Amino acid sequence: MSADAATRRFRVHRFRREDGPSHVEEFDVPAGEASTVLEGLRWIEVHADRSLVIRHSCFHASCGTCGVRVNGREGLACVTPVTTDTVTVEPLANIPVLADVVVDMRPFVERFPPQHPLLRMSERPGSEVQSPERFEDCIECGLCLSACPIAATDDRYVGPAALAWAQRVLEEPRGEDVDAVLEWADDEHGAWQCHAAFECTEACPSEVFPAQRIMKLRRELTRRRLGASS
Amino acid sequence: MSSEPLDPGEVRRAPGPVLRKAPGPTAWLDVRRGAVGHWAFSLNRVTGLGLVFYLYLHLAVLSMLLRGPSAWHGFLRLATTPAFLGLDVLLIFGLLFHGLNGLRVALVGSGLAADRQRALFWSLMTLGAILLIGAALHLLGTE
Repeated sequence: MSADAATRRFRVHRFRREDGPSHVEEFDVPAGEASTVLEGLRWIEVHADRSLVIRHSCFHASCGTCGVRVNGREGLACVTPVTTDTVTVEPLANIPVLADVVVDMRPFVERFPPQHPLLRMSERPGSEVQSPERFEDCIECGLCLSACPIAATDDRYVGPAALAWAQRVLEEPRGEDVDAVLEWADDEHGAWQCHAAFECTEACPSEVFPAQRIMKLRRELTRRRLGASS
Repeated sequence: MSSEPLDPGEVRRAPGPVLRKAPGPTAWLDVRRGAVGHWAFSLNRVTGLGLVFYLYLHLAVLSMLLRGPSAWHGFLRLATTPAFLGLDVLLIFGLLFHGLNGLRVALVGSGLAADRQRALFWSLMTLGAILLIGAALHLLGTE
């Protein structure tokens, strides 16, 4: 923390499966204008409560592991500045909570189509992609799913990240079965379930523009349907 | 309820709670992020529900014709009061918003204007505001 730190009140969501229902705990945290929410959470972990469960890795919005809701809005804790006197930190919505402010990303990943690789193409051993450069913008942080108003009312909706990945396959197949991915997306709980609220695009920290990609995916699905019927 | 402690493995496998931004079926109405698209989406649903309500109300009002001219003329006296005409302006707002935003959703949702949804929204809403002001002036008799 910086020397000019003021005290901010952190209201942190706490949950342990063993301890019953979730609740909110408050901590007074020294945090200056340049402080981030992740720094505040780490201060709590180190100085106030060693049992606080947080998840992070890179500290620069690259790994996508520290996604939370800060004062009701999705963000990566590592790059979300502390701007209010009271900072409410909650886990992402629409994804099961593991503990405290950490969600279980398995159900998020399981929403992707079977063709979605567990490893990025550039990371696969023996990949035909020689360059280690990653072409995929999505860091799979889950912020889009938390922000989506449709995912809030329908757990069967596959969500923005998975559909954005499907549209990405259309742009650059890299050996994937495009028809199978389109067939997966052409479902009432797939591309057609999106209601174009664009919250996912607003929440995305990585400029994936999921909503726009879903709309383009629909265009391709419509084109193929019309083509098939003519 | 059993007081036996859960097996530790069972505790680990138990699904955690899923938090929602707003309770139950109203979760779609949470517009705290303030995105234009979400406001449009939520207001589209609200105006849609309002228009469905109006449709049935309209049919109920028309059924007054079955009760003869006196019942209908009595209703017309009420329907031409300023307060009632104000409700007509609200109805026109609902029609304009739902119709124009529906056009935007069709253009954006078909991928034709996916990258211009915000500009499309404000353009159509400007058109809608002009039409609403014209209709309100006409209805309230101040033009």
